Formats: sequence, structure tokens, C-alpha cells
Amino acid sequence: MAEPTIIKRNKALSVGPLKASSTLGATLAFLGMRRSIPMLHGSQGCTAFGKIFFIQHFREPMPIQTTAMDQVSTIMGGDESIVEGLATICAKHQPALIGLPTTGLVETQGADVPRAIQMFRDQHPEYAEVAVVPVASPDYSGCIETGFNTAVKAIINDLVPKATAAGTRPGRRPRQVNVLAGSALTTGDLEHLKDLLERFRLRPVLLPDIADSLDGHLVDSDYSALTIGGTPLDELSTLGDAAATLVIGGSMNGAADLLAERTGVPDHRFPHLMGLEAMDRFISTLAEISAEPVPERIERQRSQLQDAMLDAHFSIGQGRFAIAADVDLLVAFSQLLASMGAETVAAVAPTNAPSLAEVAAAQVKIGDLEDLEQLARANAAEVLITNSHGTHTAERLGIPLLRAGFPQFDHVGGWQRQWIGYQGSRQILFDLANIMLGLHKGEIAPYRSRLKQWPEHEREQAA
Amino acid sequence: MKQKDIAALLDEPACEHNTKAKSGCAKPKPGATAGGCAFDGAQIALLPIGDVAHIVHGSIACAGSAWDNRGSRSTGPTLYKLGMTTDLTEQDVIMGRGEKRLFHSIKQAIESYDPAAVFVYNTCVPALIGDDVDAVCKAAAERFGKPVVSVDAAGFYGTKNLGNRIAGETMVKQVCGGREPDPIPAGIERPGFKVHDVALVGEYNIAGEMWRVMPLFDELGIRVLCTLSGDARFHEVQTMHRAEVNMMVCSKAMINVARKLEQAFGTPWFEGSFYGVADVSQALRDFARLIGDPDLSARTEALIAREEARIDAELEPWRERLRGKRVLLYTGGVKSWSVVSALQDLGMSVVATGTRKSTEDDKARIRELMGDEAVMIEDGNPRNLLDLYRQQGADLLVAGGRNQYTALKARIPFLDINQEREFGYAGYDGMLELARQMCLTIESPIWAAVRSAPPWRSASDGAAAGAPVVQSPETETGASASASQAATEVAHG
Repeated sequence: MAEPTIIKRNKALSVGPLKASSTLGATLAFLGMRRSIPMLHGSQGCTAFGKIFFIQHFREPMPIQTTAMDQVSTIMGGDESIVEGLATICAKHQPALIGLPTTGLVETQGADVPRAIQMFRDQHPEYAEVAVVPVASPDYSGCIETGFNTAVKAIINDLVPKATAAGTRPGRRPRQVNVLAGSALTTGDLEHLKDLLERFRLRPVLLPDIADSLDGHLVDSDYSALTIGGTPLDELSTLGDAAATLVIGGSMNGAADLLAERTGVPDHRFPHLMGLEAMDRFISTLAEISAEPVPERIERQRSQLQDAMLDAHFSIGQGRFAIAADVDLLVAFSQLLASMGAETVAAVAPTNAPSLAEVAAAQVKIGDLEDLEQLARANAAEVLITNSHGTHTAERLGIPLLRAGFPQFDHVGGWQRQWIGYQGSRQILFDLANIMLGLHKGEIAPYRSRLKQWPEHEREQAA
Repeated sequence: MKQKDIAALLDEPACEHNTKAKSGCAKPKPGATAGGCAFDGAQIALLPIGDVAHIVHGSIACAGSAWDNRGSRSTGPTLYKLGMTTDLTEQDVIMGRGEKRLFHSIKQAIESYDPAAVFVYNTCVPALIGDDVDAVCKAAAERFGKPVVSVDAAGFYGTKNLGNRIAGETMVKQVCGGREPDPIPAGIERPGFKVHDVALVGEYNIAGEMWRVMPLFDELGIRVLCTLSGDARFHEVQTMHRAEVNMMVCSKAMINVARKLEQAFGTPWFEGSFYGVADVSQALRDFARLIGDPDLSARTEALIAREEARIDAELEPWRERLRGKRVLLYTGGVKSWSVVSALQDLGMSVVATGTRKSTEDDKARIRELMGDEAVMIEDGNPRNLLDLYRQQGADLLVAGGRNQYTALKARIPFLDINQEREFGYAGYDGMLELARQMCLTIESPIWAAVRSAPPWRSASDGAAAGAPVVQSPETETGASASASQAATEVAHG
């Protein structure tokens, strides 16, 4: 398929924003690290809003703190707020890692976060063991995907040792495989990834691992101010010994480049893991890395997906879809739909990205839900795929909505739905097919003949 | 039902099969039979009568597995969609309580739903234990003051086809003639525009497809007194005897109805179809011809000219997509020749067609359409269909719903043409839907993917795994999975 035309933002006002901030993306990455807490450097609202955003989506308490910038620190400099905030968190909660994503406020202010961290180190040698990773993630640049990637990159930069310095060697741990999965993957997706790798007798190390922290599980202790799971920091020193790195999502290319450069571990990159073609490539890669035969159960799941494609093509085929999503998810859905003979007639992404070239649609609009609504209406879309904010859009368009992406606040369980894999893809096909069947396409409007011998009680209707 | 009554029904002088030993009404062969029983046939023939309470008298398997699973549509009543059964228990059978339960069931149906009439379908168990269903129906009709019609078509009486005939016979004997037609609504007839009454036999308004045809009748001034049985009402069936012309729409299954109405009331009839442009036009012409009203004939020709020109232009883009595609056709109830001409009209070539239920006359028409080399499929078992599909290098299998998963398991494009389908193909505009549905499956991009063997298999493994798919000789020499895949593409392309 030819590359889509990218239509850039061409209006002043964003109506029904699709974009979730890069600050949130960076925050999410730190939430996937063990005994970690992100402290957003900004005014307290930046954290409060973000916290609610994630609480509603994941239905979990969210360990997120703030440097609580006020008028004085905004004008006079916020270094003290950082030092105080870091020291307070260290004293109260003894974290392993504090993430320090910046917000639009402090980047505009011109905060020098590394210098503030140095001040903290100088003043508090007792907390030397606590890792502190700053990330420049102002909300005026990028979106949740880019912020996520930037934070992962910062974690690698600060905490993964160079092969030359640490003496790591690719393949020294022949069964270990690093996984850099983008923010589009849900906790269910990540669990499935781990399960797949384990079926090939591989040891997955996910960076970060929100499936271990935000999957919605109960722990023995009744309260934790820190993450209750995620990638342990000591795993980071082993990344250089892995046999390979798997990168899922074009948005993770930056982090992947850095990890490869730093460790020399060969990587395998996948735009997404939806649909037969993408999964075939992925499973072949696992077979290759592990030198293990593909388990029968996986072959069975593959043929189940093929069968689902047959069953679903009648209803999904010729379907007209409107999708608004972060880039990786947009690429995945549009390609899956194209493989079923459906068309993405309206595609909207929150920001521009090189991966948009892979979207299977004639054009992609960089925009918001208002753009989505207009495009969907103009191009006679039949089904909408976007986050929970699309509910009203779908209502106004009078078409059904499949919820995907961030945030999903009006449903339970959206955070853990498995979209990827042969099984996840199969379930999407069934769900989409059922949505399409519910549209009753091809329905013929009842025709009431004026000549028919209508029974008495049916005559009024006839007239 | 008595054996001699069954024999009389099987003896259908209007059907060409009657003279042949091996006919559509042949005895089913144990161990190698597909298709429904007499009860099934009777029920599907009458269920679309919308304002009737259809009670299945029997144990649960008869109604339980068969209610509300057909695509027949109604402009009003939904009562026909409601499954009703006496759901006989072991105690009922042993203690002989079936008749009593039936009587109370009829009462309950009338009190709860106030139907225009009650139809009671007899089934194997009560037929075997000797429930007198006719007597119960008669008693109930008297007691409750509603028509209660006994349809005696237990499964073991014979095939689905026989059941169709029993149903038709029952309507002619017990319902037709029950009242005179309503007067023509005022303001429609005028000088030069007289309304004529007709009836359609064997039309089921699947997916509402007749709603694409009825406007044409209205325009021409043809009143369909009754359709047996799509979107019908009980009181319409009662007036069926007053039709000036009857049209046998579907197969020959209810040919006895047309013949008996002709015997009793002198009503002329013809066989026709609403599938395909040519056949729709032909059906309209046949009505005009048999009615013999010059005004109507003139109106009909004008309408045909206008509609054919319109639909021809609208079909052109679809013809471009479908031209040259090869179709294997295996229909059950729908007349093969009618669908053949519809497909040819779209520029497709029909490489073989099912003729198991076709008469010699049907076959002659098929030969006329497809040429003498026409492959006729007598035995439509799945293995035969798939082998033939491949021999003929077909692009699409058009068949009934029961063959849908045969096709899909073999990874070949499929179009459902029988009663369970969700799309209406009748009338001029039905052709557009037909074309759209065929393109949907033929042009789907899934075929290469669903035929592909896992890429991690070696070539020899791949050939084994693809056994149901990779069948052409050249693929067996394929050196790699991808070569084998390419060959498959060629074979199917």
C-alpha cells in the first residue's frame, strides 16, 4: 500500500483532544519500574491530573509525586523544590528509583534538572543508593508514546552500563531476551509476550514492565507509596548480556538505538503484533533466537486465527473504519483491517511520527476528535476505534465505538485487554465482526404495499 | 397421515420427476443423506405466515432446534418468530397425556397472544403413539372460536420436500376459500388502470428481498392477494383462491398447490423467479400475458424498459470487477437456472451447477444457458464439490448455508444463497447486493494469508500442513514453502 498523505494540524483550536501528554508517557515508564515513584517537576496540578488519568484507566492507586512548584520557585528557580522533594521521598519511602519527568512549566522556566540532582547528591549522600533519572518531557512536545520512549531512553542512558565498562557481552546469557515494548501495549499484551517467550524457553526482561506493576493484582501489604512491581533495577546491568532485544512499536526506536549502541545486543524490531503477518514474523524470530521448535499450541493458535479470518471476512470486509489513536496503535489497527479487506476511511494521530508512513490508509490527519468526527462523517465511516473520549463522537455519528488506547475511563478492564498475538487478533476480529453484524448492513427497508390486504389492526400503520 | 395420502402427495402429475424412478422425491438413503424431514419442510413452508401461532406438538428436539433461525421477514407481526411447542415429557408419552397437553397449549397460545389462527404441527412421537391431532384441533377450534389448523407432517413420513407438499395441501384444503378478498382500496383504480389479483407460491421474503419487488407490483396495479408464505397473514391465505394467476416462485416443492388451485378454481399458473434481471422481467411479462389486460401489458413493458436501463448502468462497475470469474453453483431450493442467468448477466462464468432437485425441464434450461458441456452436479457431497471446484479452477462457491463451512475450511470464497442468508438478492436491485457480496468474498485479501503454512515450517512440512489446500500437482514439487504458496496462488488465481 502506498504511504499515506500526512495532513498537518491546520487549525488554531484543538477540540476534543486526542493527545495525552508526553509527561504522562514518561510517568508511565517509571510506573513500570520496581520500587519506583515518578515525581513530576511542575505545579501540583500536572501531577494531580495525570494521577487521575491513570487511576481512572488502570483502576489502581498511583504512586506519583510532584515538586509542587509555586510562584516563588517558578520565578526564583525550582532547584530547591527538587532537592526537597527527592529528600522527602527518600526519607519516607526508601525507593529504588525516582523518575523526574519535567513538565511544560519548568522547561519553559529553563530548569536545569541535572544540576538540581547534583545539589541533591551533594546535600544528601545518605541517599546515594537511590537512583534518580530525569527526563525532559514537556507536554508541548510529542505525546504519550514519545514521552514513554524518552523516559526509557533516559533509564537506559543513566542506568544501563556500557559493555566496555561493565564487561557485558551479548549472548553471555543465551536465554535472556530484552523487550522494549511501546506504551500501546496493555498489561495483557505484555503478559502474553512473556508467556510466548517462556514457551520458547527464553527469559524475558521487559523494560519497563507495567504488566508487573499495573496489571491489577493484590499484594499482601495494604499500602505502598511505591510501585508494587515492575522491572527490578538490578536487571538493568544484565541487559548487555542478553541474546537479543525485541522492540515492539516504532515509537521505541530511539530507546532501542541507544540500548543497541550501549550493549551491542542485536535487536529485532516490530511495528506491532496484531494480525497473522506480524505474528508470523515475531514467532519465526523467537524460534530463531531460541533455536527451539515452535510449540504445537502456538501453531494451533495460528490456525485458529486463520479460521477466524475466514469467519469474520464476510462482515468485516468492505467495512469502513475511523480510527483515532497514538501512532503505533493506529498503524496496527489500520494494517489489521486492511488485511481483512476493510478500509480505514478516517485516520487521526495526535502527533506526527516517521511510523505514520506505515499506516494503511490514504491519509492521516494530525489532529483531534473533532477532526476524526468530521472525517468519519465525510467518509461515511461505519465503526469508530478510539479511547473513551470517543463515546460522544460515536453517539453524534450514530456509529458504534470500539475502545482502544488511553484513556479508557468508562469501562473496566481496558488496561488489560490482550490485542496482540494470534489469540488477541482473533478476539479483535470477532469483536469487530459482531459490531459490524450489529449494523445490519444490507437490511432492506420494509415496504408497505398500498394494495396488500392489511388486517384491520395493521391498517393504520399502512396509511 | 395415512400411507395412501402420502402416496397421493408423492404422485405429482405436474412434476417431471414423477415419471422417473430416481427423482427429487426418492427415498432417503440411510448413512448418506443430507436434508430435512417432512416436519422441517412443512414448518419452513408455513412459518412465515406472521400472525399465526405455530405450535409444534412433540418433544423438544423438533421445535427446540429449529425456531427463529430463518431469514424470513415481516412488515408487521412477529408472532411467527416465537417458538411454541408442547415440549412433551416422558410422562406425557407413557401416560398418553399428549392430546390434553396440546389442547391446553392451544388455549394458552390463544389467550396469551390472540393469534389470527393456530397451526399445529404433528411430529414423530405423537404420530407414533397415536395422538389424534386432527380431533384436538377441531375441538379447540370449536371451543375457542379460532381457526386451528392441523398440519400432519411427522418427520418419518418422508423428506422435507414431502413436508412442503403436505403444508401446501393443508393450506389448499383447510384455509384457502375461507373468505373473499378485501375490496380494492378506493382511489387506486381508474380508467385504464385496473388492479389484478395474483398469488405467489413458494416465496419466503428472505431478508425482506420481496420489498424490492413489491413496489413494482404496486406500480403495475398487481395486487398480491397472498404469498405462500413470505410476509403473509392468515386472512390473506384464506383469499388465495381468488387469484387470477399464480406464480410458482421457488422450486417445485409446492407445485401441488398451483396444480390443485388450477383444478379447483381454474387459476392459470407459471414458474418463475425474481433472481436476475432477465428473470424479473420475464416474471412480470408472464403475469401480464396470463392476465391478458392490454393496459397492464403496456405498463409492464414500459416499466421493464425503464428498470433494465437503470440497473444495467448501475451494474456496470460491478461487472468490471466480476467479469471472467468462475463460479461453482450448488443451490438447494433456489432454481439453478435462474441463478445461472443472474451470474452470467454479471459477466461471470458458471462452471458447474447443482441439479439434484432440478427437473428435466430445469436441466434443459441450464444446458441452454451454459452450453452442452455444462457440468451438472447430482451428488453435492462436500468432497465432490471441493474436487470439482479445483478441477474447474473456480473462484467462488455459491451454495446453501450448510456448505458455508465446507468452503471456508477449504479456504475458498463463498456466497450463501439459501434461506438462512442475511441478504436479499431478489428484484432488479437485488443484483447489486449480489454483486457486492460476491466481490466482498472474492476480492478479500485474506485468501493468501489463510492458505499460508507457518513460515517456520520447512517445505516438506508445509506441503503436508497445507494438504487440504495445496492440491495441484505442481505444488508437490515445490522446493520451498514460498514456492508452494506461489503455486497455490496460481492454481487459485
